[in-house]
Amino acid sequence: MSDFISGFWSYYVIVLSLASILGCGLLLWLTARGQTSSGADNTTGHVWDEDLREANNPMPRWWVGLFVLTIVYSLGYLVAYPGLGSYKGELGWSTEQEYAQDIASANREQEPIYAAYTAMPAERVAGEPKAMAIGERLFLNNCAQCHGSDARGSKGFPNLTDSDWLHGGSPEAISASIHKGRTGMMPPMAAAVGTPDDVKNLANYVLSLSDSPHDSLRAGLGKTKFNACAACHGVGGVGNQALGAPNLSDKVWLHGYGQEAIISIINTGKTNQMPAQQGRLTDAQIHVLTSYVWGLSSKPAAR
Amino acid sequence: MPETPLPARKVIPIAVMEVQDDGALYAAHKKIYPRSVRGIFARWRWAMVFLTQLVFYGLPWLEWGQRQAVLFDLGARRFYIFGLVLYPQDLIYLTGLLVVSALALFLFTAVAGRLWCGFTCPQTVYTEIFMWVEHKIEGNRIARMRLDKGSFSAEKLVKKWFKHIVWLGIAMWTGFTFVGYFSPIRELGMDFLQARMGSWEVFWVFFYGLATYGNAGFMREQVCKYMCPYARFQGAMFDRDTLIVSYDTLRGEPRGLHTKGTDARAQGLGDCIDCTLCVQVCPTGIDIREGLQYECIGCGLCIDACNTVMDRMATPRGLIRYATQNSMAGRWTPRQVVRRVLRPRVLFYTGVLTALCIGLLVSLVLRTPLKVDVVRDRASLARIAEGGQLENVYRLQIMNATEQLQRYRIEASGLPGLSVFPIEPVEVEPAQSRWVAVRLQLPYGSASAGSHAVHIDVFSTNGSARVSEKAAFLVPR
Repeated sequence: MSDFISGFWSYYVIVLSLASILGCGLLLWLTARGQTSSGADNTTGHVWDEDLREANNPMPRWWVGLFVLTIVYSLGYLVAYPGLGSYKGELGWSTEQEYAQDIASANREQEPIYAAYTAMPAERVAGEPKAMAIGERLFLNNCAQCHGSDARGSKGFPNLTDSDWLHGGSPEAISASIHKGRTGMMPPMAAAVGTPDDVKNLANYVLSLSDSPHDSLRAGLGKTKFNACAACHGVGGVGNQALGAPNLSDKVWLHGYGQEAIISIINTGKTNQMPAQQGRLTDAQIHVLTSYVWGLSSKPAAR
Repeated sequence: MPETPLPARKVIPIAVMEVQDDGALYAAHKKIYPRSVRGIFARWRWAMVFLTQLVFYGLPWLEWGQRQAVLFDLGARRFYIFGLVLYPQDLIYLTGLLVVSALALFLFTAVAGRLWCGFTCPQTVYTEIFMWVEHKIEGNRIARMRLDKGSFSAEKLVKKWFKHIVWLGIAMWTGFTFVGYFSPIRELGMDFLQARMGSWEVFWVFFYGLATYGNAGFMREQVCKYMCPYARFQGAMFDRDTLIVSYDTLRGEPRGLHTKGTDARAQGLGDCIDCTLCVQVCPTGIDIREGLQYECIGCGLCIDACNTVMDRMATPRGLIRYATQNSMAGRWTPRQVVRRVLRPRVLFYTGVLTALCIGLLVSLVLRTPLKVDVVRDRASLARIAEGGQLENVYRLQIMNATEQLQRYRIEASGLPGLSVFPIEPVEVEPAQSRWVAVRLQLPYGSASAGSHAVHIDVFSTNGSARVSEKAAFLVPR
């Protein structure tokens, strides 16, 4: 009843419900007393469509019993379950509670299935076809929305099938990423770099790190400006997984490829976030998921 | 004899009841004690009881390979019918079956009235079984009436208890069999013996069992009179050429006792000797001599009863018989009646029914045991893959409707230069479905910007099935 601000509506619903039920009872009682008039041929005298008559036959008594039963049932229901305004019902039943119970019982049912995998290191779980089928389903339900059904990601969402890792590709690092989530933050660097021309030179230098097409003259001029970047991206732009700073010397371009895209990132910076899955998934589920993601780019350990 | 039907204006031939004078608005239930009867229709009824119950009780025990031949596995959402494995997506077959059933009901009703009610409906079939038990334990109609009227005695107690125990036994076995269609019946039996049946299984066994006990033991004709919608609309589907259980008023009336040695005809009496046997055998307790009534389930037992009396009286059979209203009014010969059976309405029902049955069978036989759903990946519209390829991602749900492990090869067509990953065939377990991420690649710049219709084709590697599904390939600007 939290949708209603005023307590009046709770009473309104209570009165309406009880009046309807009592009205049903009253109707039954009143009609059972009255004597309906019927003609000599036991019809009500009405004729429809030339020849349809309504016979005035009595209802069977057991039917009345059923009617009374529905009234008793509805009153009993309203005592036991929420229905009368904001009254919670004697049983204290709620949808939230039922949902939580269902989830808990489903987890209990699945526990023995997961238990075998929890005891194994992730590198070995990745070699279990059944675990990987579970992992695939977990991934499709929980991760594919951003990383894609095939885990290859798209612009802004990392590809999980290559060997390039922002925060590390060990099972421990992947597990931490899933549990706690990750936030990657690069501040706007334009002021630290200098003029727009300096930024353009720097962008060409960044492109040169991975041997991508670039203007070598500008790259040469931009090299000194890279000192501002090296604090995070490291000397030579190899990146730093402890900070989540991307490797700029490979051909992976998470936020766009080419001079324009790089200039834009230098000027405006970038904040990218992966939400934490702890609490949404159980530890056992995350362990299987870790193994699945790890297995996308690594060979599982022999049994 | 004139063969022209009577005027088209339809008169609902419902006999109006006498005014009930007890003043109560709600009628107390009057128990009906049908007398048992022998004859052709009684034999047909029992034949149908055996046929329907042999199928119902027997079917779940049949095995097909390693599994139950007919099993509706609601939990796994797989429906096994002998060699067929159906998915929820095959709902169209259930629809077809229901349409066929409805049309068959229309056809039988148009030809010979409530045949379904009288001979095959579970309500009347179980009522008949329960009445047979009652007859065996409590005796015939007279004995049963005396037992019910009589005061409390040890004999009454024993007979009643015994009857209810047998009824409950049959009812529970019925409930158990019913649940056995949804939960493997052999395992269910073992679970029952070891007292470890699931709570829902127990619930449904009891629910269905007690419904059988209540409906066949107590409610009986009340279900047909007050609850069943089919009873009503079948009545509305009669016409003047429908064969219904009819009393030949012209021949029978005026009714009266025939005294031995006198000529009843000369006394102006009809053939009906007013023995009321037709009323006593009626499972719904009506008097057919008052004409067609909505309670009549068309079982024909009154015909059997009357024929035995006619035989004894040495008068021709058929004072009560299956006849159409037109034939009664026009005193038609059987040949004329049969000719009117083949009227446009009946021919139309037969035609549609035959066409639907053939269509349903053909589509089941030619069914591809493979289903594929294509869902475009929602995360990425299109992306550039290594080597300058434009890539779209799809999720394929591949549903294997065979009971063998299958390998499926995935191909795509519709755009030149289209390639598919994974290249290796995908394995799907027997009667399982699996989601597979599929990537389509196109050389960059080989197609104009926009959406292109492509087909994703899935072949089983053993050549048993092939499905082609439409999909859209997006090329960004």
